[in-house]
Amino acid sequence: MSEQNNDEREITLTVNGKTYRETVETRIHLADFLRLQLKLTGTHLGCEHGVCGACTILVDGEAVRSCLMLAVQANGSDVTTIEGLADGEELTPIQKAFSEHHALQCGFCTSGMIMSLTAYIAENPGADEEAIREAISGNICRCTGYQSIVAAGVAVAAK
Amino acid sequence: MKPGRFTYHDPTTIDELIGLLGSLDDAKLLAGGQSLMPMLNMRFSQPDHVVDLNGIDELAGITTNGSALKIGAMTRQAALLKSNEIADQIPVMQAALQCVGHFQTRYRGTIGGSLCHLDPSAELPLIALLCDAELQVAGPDGDRSIAMGEWPLAYMMPSISESEILKSININPWPQRHGFAFEEIARRRGDFAIVGVGCQLAIDNGVISKAVIAIGGANQVPYRLTEAEEALVGQPATDDVFAAAGEVARKQDAMSDAYITAAYRQRLANVLTKRTLATAAQRATGE
Repeated sequence: MSEQNNDEREITLTVNGKTYRETVETRIHLADFLRLQLKLTGTHLGCEHGVCGACTILVDGEAVRSCLMLAVQANGSDVTTIEGLADGEELTPIQKAFSEHHALQCGFCTSGMIMSLTAYIAENPGADEEAIREAISGNICRCTGYQSIVAAGVAVAAK
Repeated sequence: MKPGRFTYHDPTTIDELIGLLGSLDDAKLLAGGQSLMPMLNMRFSQPDHVVDLNGIDELAGITTNGSALKIGAMTRQAALLKSNEIADQIPVMQAALQCVGHFQTRYRGTIGGSLCHLDPSAELPLIALLCDAELQVAGPDGDRSIAMGEWPLAYMMPSISESEILKSININPWPQRHGFAFEEIARRRGDFAIVGVGCQLAIDNGVISKAVIAIGGANQVPYRLTEAEEALVGQPATDDVFAAAGEVARKQDAMSDAYITAAYRQRLANVLTKRTLATAAQRATGE
């Protein structure tokens, strides 16, 4: 193929309740699309190969690694990122619990942790501590602040 | 850490896909993306074309035709884990699925993607092998069927050509009453296993009437422990008998890499074989 032949598509998707119609290069992954094109930088990128969990978002309600999906694959989808959780100043229960339990230190893993727990607890209400630990086993916190993160998750799941 | 340039294709039918595969050079098929996307991001793989299978509805879903379960290649791991049919008829698959990545990767990852990627330590190829799955493959000359035992040709190399597509995985479940178990050892939860072992046992009046054992991660491709399977039949379901099967597992060739020696893999194969057989026996006899 020729040197500068960028393969592009037009996609329409909903992100945090707002509909976007955008032209994307087909090779751009969803996380980069959210960050670079929509300027939604709350979704973080750590490893870009699906291991660290920092880029976890919800696509049609399911928690996925946004670095492991192409933006073009989200055409027609309903995407929720960390920016879409709070209702104005009103935090979600998980966001509140993170604050109450000091579950963030540097904050890099936080959005992925919160998106993972949001999806997991919605699907598994009443999850116990072991289940919460399992749910975030695919999210790495390099500050190693896991105890507080687990405590926040357990507190919300118990409600 | 960004994919190189490629041309994206998103066929919606198998016919359209087969036509595309016949006309494109250097194409990669994108299933759930949980292995290919990392390789694209890191540019280990730089294909000219990426063919996305996610728009082909006929490739996904679980159906029963008579006694066999037909699992579409694009069925998500999360869907398999939530399926009542799989829970009832192939419970060992769900036991293994809990060890496949994390719940966030299982929403995208597919059974067909796993079988075609054929990582030696991946759980689903091991389970397909354990269950004597028949794989349905479509190509320019029509469909063909291939036994899972003949699917792995070599390390990460399935028996499929570039013009073909894996359509479905067909499994005849064991009769309702049988024991099963799956266990693996990984360095961290959700990591690729070092070694994993799955087994199914049928026991009549304390005597083993049927046994299957599959081992993954120990060598270049997953394999069945046929020598032990045959030796188990007719034996009582006791720890000594399971220990003998474990010794057979230990004696199999194993691979070595920068992290794990062959001897350690053989040790794990031994221990996990014993353990899974004991668990399966308990389940088979309802203890």
